[in-house]
Amino acid sequence: MNLCTDQLAMMVAGEGQLMSVSYLASAPRSSAMVKQAARFQANHGLAEEIYLMQPDLVIAGSFSTRATVDMLKRLGIPVVVVDPAYSLEDVRARLTQMGEVLGQQDRAAQLVTDFDAQLAAYRSDIETRPRAALYYANGYTSGDKTLAGQILATAGLANIAAEQGFSASGIIPLEVLAMAQPDTVITSRPYPAASRAEEVKGHPVIEALRRSRPEASMTDSDWVCGTPFVLRAIDDMVALRREMQDARQ
Amino acid sequence: MTRLALLLSTLVLALFIAALVVGPADIGIYQSLKALFVDDEGPMTLVMREVRLPRALLAVMIGGSLGLAGAAMQGYLRNPLADPGLIGVSGSAALAAVLAIQTGLAASFAFGLPLSALAGALIGVFLVLVLAGPRGSSLTLILAGIAISALAGAFTSLVLNLSPNPFAANEIVFWMMGSLADKSMTHVWVALPLIVLGALMLATMARGLDALTLGEDAAEAMGIGLRRIRLTLIFGTAAVVGASTAVAGAIGFVGLVVPHLLRPFVGARPSRLLWASAFGGAAMLLAADIAVRAILPARDLKLGVVTALVGAPLFLHLIYLTRREGL
Repeated sequence: MNLCTDQLAMMVAGEGQLMSVSYLASAPRSSAMVKQAARFQANHGLAEEIYLMQPDLVIAGSFSTRATVDMLKRLGIPVVVVDPAYSLEDVRARLTQMGEVLGQQDRAAQLVTDFDAQLAAYRSDIETRPRAALYYANGYTSGDKTLAGQILATAGLANIAAEQGFSASGIIPLEVLAMAQPDTVITSRPYPAASRAEEVKGHPVIEALRRSRPEASMTDSDWVCGTPFVLRAIDDMVALRREMQDARQ
Repeated sequence: MTRLALLLSTLVLALFIAALVVGPADIGIYQSLKALFVDDEGPMTLVMREVRLPRALLAVMIGGSLGLAGAAMQGYLRNPLADPGLIGVSGSAALAAVLAIQTGLAASFAFGLPLSALAGALIGVFLVLVLAGPRGSSLTLILAGIAISALAGAFTSLVLNLSPNPFAANEIVFWMMGSLADKSMTHVWVALPLIVLGALMLATMARGLDALTLGEDAAEAMGIGLRRIRLTLIFGTAAVVGASTAVAGAIGFVGLVVPHLLRPFVGARPSRLLWASAFGGAAMLLAADIAVRAILPARDLKLGVVTALVGAPLFLHLIYLTRREGL
């Protein structure tokens, strides 16, 4: 009943082991496994619908509604709470944990091995690190101790937020961003329908920073969850770095 | 009189410069002012011209508007409790602005947003004046205002909650509290025409408001058209408050606090209170915006929080006075 645990479970679970995933797992914007999710019944994280399914086990994220989790426990349904991943190391740990929870240790170990192998390929051959800024709606950014920050670091980009003393996520004032002069600004893709929160991404300062520089936007489904799909995000960022290095030569 | 004008304009100027040199980016005072006037082709000029200048300009324009609107309303209604934020004009303007953004009207042409907010504000002022009556008592005025505010606030929340955009719901806070964070020159140009128009309209009321202090009959005998004054007030207030709310959300209490503080210095003449309140409002909002950035620079503290912290106790004090006078 959590977008990220849903995806981990779909990867690790054996045939017939998984019964229902949250409706978010079928939302193309946030989920990287929409096709797979269509095979399962969708739930909305509400205690009564989940109770009526009478599952043997519920896997929830630690950010899932507390009230729902507590009620399910009171009703006698075992609930495993999985913490979100804040680093690439966490991704491996969550895969292993999911394997243990579902009794699929071998599949999980295989996924971890594949993940490590691909990760190692990215870690080599980085000479210069262009400076990048992550900039989301409302002026949020992510520091080094976040999954997004680690994606950047692995792809060989230096994070502006870390230079400015952000380790977790926070609001980076527009003027601080402008003074930092990043080599590229990476923004989240806009959602349908307008909002003031996203308007800031069109501010003249951001446009000036983007002018004559390569830019990129992130595909939320690859960035938000600590699953092996972060490799795709890293891949996008490596492509961006190459483009910037080529442009400079 | 002229001393007050000199004092207030010096205060606004000083705060304006302070607003330009205070900010999260660490730039020296001299450097920042130099970068504002001389283009250094670098980030500093960008910060000064595109981040800090629009913010300071908007604080002056919006603060001035709200002060002026507050003074005009209090003068016309002869009621010290009138304030565009308190009686629901800002709230209805915010609702209309939210509707314009969500329906895409705001994106379809440049002045879509402020004009919608103007329409919303017009409906708000009109409803309040109809509900409270021409010589409405404090009680009916405030009750009508609370009803309109609550209704507009509820609809604003509803519209934002129904939006498919996940960030929209968070913006309820912005529309109820107001903020000048991350505004650009575009916002200044979009708000300016309506604010100038509205301010000019309100300024023409000066003589009429003075006459009104003698009572409506006396004012009519002096050749003041009450209908015209009323219409000017409605349109003028709606224009300045609508344009302000469209870019900065509903900022409360400025129109209440400023005229109240300045009234003793202008000899209780509404005509003088008008311009004094415009200056005072600009100063108050500049100071509030500096405070917001100085106290919690990374938290995007809303402007309305600061103005309410100053304004709400004063409002309670005014209610207390009203009760004691047995009005």
